[in-house]
Amino acid sequence: MSAGNQADHHDAHGADGVPHGSLRGYVVGFLLSVVLTAIPFWLVMNDVLGNATLTAIVIMIFAAVQIVVHMIYFLHMNSRSEGGWTMMALIFTIIIVAIALAGSLWVMYHLNTNMMPTDMHRM
Amino acid sequence: MAKATAKAKAQAANGVPAFYVTEDEHAHSGGSTMLGFWLYLMSDCLVFAVLFATHGVLGRNYAAGPSGADLFDLRLVAINTAMLLFSSITYGFAMLAMDKGRQAAVQGWLVVTGLFGLAFVAIELYEFAHLIHEGATPMRSAFLSSFFALVGTHGLHVSFGLVWMVVLMTQVARRGLIEANRRRLMCLSMFWHFLDVVWIGVFTFVYLMGVLK
Repeated sequence: MSAGNQADHHDAHGADGVPHGSLRGYVVGFLLSVVLTAIPFWLVMNDVLGNATLTAIVIMIFAAVQIVVHMIYFLHMNSRSEGGWTMMALIFTIIIVAIALAGSLWVMYHLNTNMMPTDMHRM
Repeated sequence: MAKATAKAKAQAANGVPAFYVTEDEHAHSGGSTMLGFWLYLMSDCLVFAVLFATHGVLGRNYAAGPSGADLFDLRLVAINTAMLLFSSITYGFAMLAMDKGRQAAVQGWLVVTGLFGLAFVAIELYEFAHLIHEGATPMRSAFLSSFFALVGTHGLHVSFGLVWMVVLMTQVARRGLIEANRRRLMCLSMFWHFLDVVWIGVFTFVYLMGVLK
């Protein structure tokens, strides 16, 4: 945020003042992504944990972390770009996505549970 | 206030009254393209969210047909994931070359990125053909309908990204790394990395969790 900090990062900015990252940033992001992808595949393919629910929770955490890694190292998300509006749009989208996903799963799960006895013979 | 003063001065200088804002500070070319494109990506995110929600609801409705554990070949999915990840970092290298103004390097990295993207689409088409050949068509069950809708939509995005990439390579070859082409390359960069982010969701929620019992 400070002037000194901006000067440090000046080499990572194009002529238009938009950051395109650095070689180091891309390589770090790539290596983190490889690790964060390889571990979930390994967990599932070799059934390392031996428990489907636990495995599902662990690989979802890995996916969430990898999405954050991609956002920071590849999409160069930060709270300053475009005066903070990209971050605001992202937060808004995450809220909508969370409502759509959680709401759909919640409602449909309860619908299935509650309607199952009368609906079974028709299916 | 400053703008109004400047306008008044301009009018006084010309002797001609201006009835509209001739110098809108927000209207210069490309100034808000990145934000606008980001908003498009966020709306695309909602499209995928709906498809993910549909798959989340219908993903276990096999209609006595095959399940994910029967169908998915995780080694193939791992190779596909690697292709998309490689294409992400090579596009990053193209952007770094663009910052340095090295046109040949930009074109070279775009070709490499395009080939990885093409490999991704080819492997996915092979997988789809294999599934359909085995009778696991989109019509077989709700699970397969939502699977083909979600993964197919992502694959279509990658395919259109490839078309866009070829168009941009032609533009850069003809006009060089001019301001407009740099802006276009940055938009495609965001689009391409965004598709990789969506793929993280696809391989985690559709493939890996589909295989889990």
